[in-house]
Amino acid sequence: MIPVCRLEDLPAGESVRLDLEPPIAVFNADGELYAVDDTCTHQDASLSEGWLEGCLVECPLHAASFDLRTGRPTCLPARKAVRTHPVSVLEGTVWVHVETDQAAHRPQTATATQGSAA
Amino acid sequence: MRTITVIGASLAGLHTALALRAEGYAGRLVIVGEEHHRPYDRPPLSKEFLTGALTAEKLSLADAEEIAELDADWLLGTRAEGLDPPAGGVTLTGGRTLATDGVVIATGATPRALPGERLEGVHTLRTLDDAAALREDLSRGQVRVVVIGAGFIGAEVASSCATLGHDVTVVEAAKAPLLPQLGARMAAFCADLHTDHGVTLLTGTGVRGLHAEGAPGGGQGGRVGWVELADGRFLPADVVLVGIGVRPATDWLTGSGLALDDGVVCDAGGVTALPGVVAVGDVARTAGRRAEHWTSAMESAAVAARNLLAGATVQTYTALPYFWSDQYGIRLQLAGRRGPHDTVRLVEGAPEDRSFLAVYERDGTTTAVLAANRPRPFTRARRELAREGGLAAV
Repeated sequence: MIPVCRLEDLPAGESVRLDLEPPIAVFNADGELYAVDDTCTHQDASLSEGWLEGCLVECPLHAASFDLRTGRPTCLPARKAVRTHPVSVLEGTVWVHVETDQAAHRPQTATATQGSAA
Repeated sequence: MRTITVIGASLAGLHTALALRAEGYAGRLVIVGEEHHRPYDRPPLSKEFLTGALTAEKLSLADAEEIAELDADWLLGTRAEGLDPPAGGVTLTGGRTLATDGVVIATGATPRALPGERLEGVHTLRTLDDAAALREDLSRGQVRVVVIGAGFIGAEVASSCATLGHDVTVVEAAKAPLLPQLGARMAAFCADLHTDHGVTLLTGTGVRGLHAEGAPGGGQGGRVGWVELADGRFLPADVVLVGIGVRPATDWLTGSGLALDDGVVCDAGGVTALPGVVAVGDVARTAGRRAEHWTSAMESAAVAARNLLAGATVQTYTALPYFWSDQYGIRLQLAGRRGPHDTVRLVEGAPEDRSFLAVYERDGTTTAVLAANRPRPFTRARRELAREGGLAAV
């Protein structure tokens, strides 16, 4: 488990980037906390700098959108899922349980029919 | 439709093909590509690919599984030479004809070259092969690189060459880089990015010609040695990158009956005047405008696919123009349509800090937003602009 920050330092709509290898982004989406790999699966851009709407985050570069609950892309140009990581709050501190088992998160493919969530 | 042929196997062509299948098209799908490569992403060619941070395999726009699902006949390394709608076909390299009911024109654009004889060491950058050749030329130790044109390709290549430790000079005919796109104040910011990183920027002078190595102006053929400026100066050069814009690849369509005017003329839905023919990406002049942007190429593809299958314009493409450029560690993002007389106003940050958000305004209305290393505020401003403009969300 890796400590992220105090819960009060991650208000709704905000995100934190953990400089790990690979980096992880932690989001407060309207009170729910989520953690995913920070780098967009499409191209080099930081999802922690993305636009948060509900439990979707939009990549700041090409507007690929990911569902933070599953890591799956909801529209092109991203086609592969980002890994998700469990988050917990213990005594006011946010912790991320870094998921290292890649096989548990098999890449998912987005289809063009789903349209943009933007 | 029983057969649809997509001419052009890059971003716009691939995404139109994907959209056709997503819309339920189950007929024969043929994809003709002049290059030998499967669809790949071009933006990294001037950046990560050139510096060696990304390999060609990483540029692929579709993996093996997606290619299989697309179920298309790929004719790669094949040029379309003509389009003859009354005869119902496309003419390919070698005179072979391909009967088809629908045609998607996605042939993109070709870099403009300087007139004169071809010299070794002089490059343009559009394709993976172009980038590989430039990279090879830059791998022979430290060299003197002259970049002609300080547009986005020129600036990104100059930035990559500086990162690789080369001695770089950028020559720009206008008074500052990107002046028509960004206006004087932000053009000055872009000029500073070059000089900050040890790149020499020469503005306000055009190029008269390129000369072979040897005495200035005296060499014949072979490898480039000098760039002669319009003001008479000679710049020594081991490698030259010519980045002076592109022209849409429409030569093969002469005589097809399609209206050609700096691109294939089509309506806001990518539909041309010829039944069963749509145009997408850099080659398309859509509702009077031609965009050379990655996002337009991708997003307009779905619209054109729908219209092609419907046999009429049932949807139009209205998203705001958007592009980005990575140079000297700065990510520039611009959305909207800046007019030549629009004023620019800083909203947050400052050019001196290399991080800011600025808006362009005309008569109190925002026309475009520009950011440097401010991705989230940029997205917010871009969304607001799309809403205010009454345009579809981007």
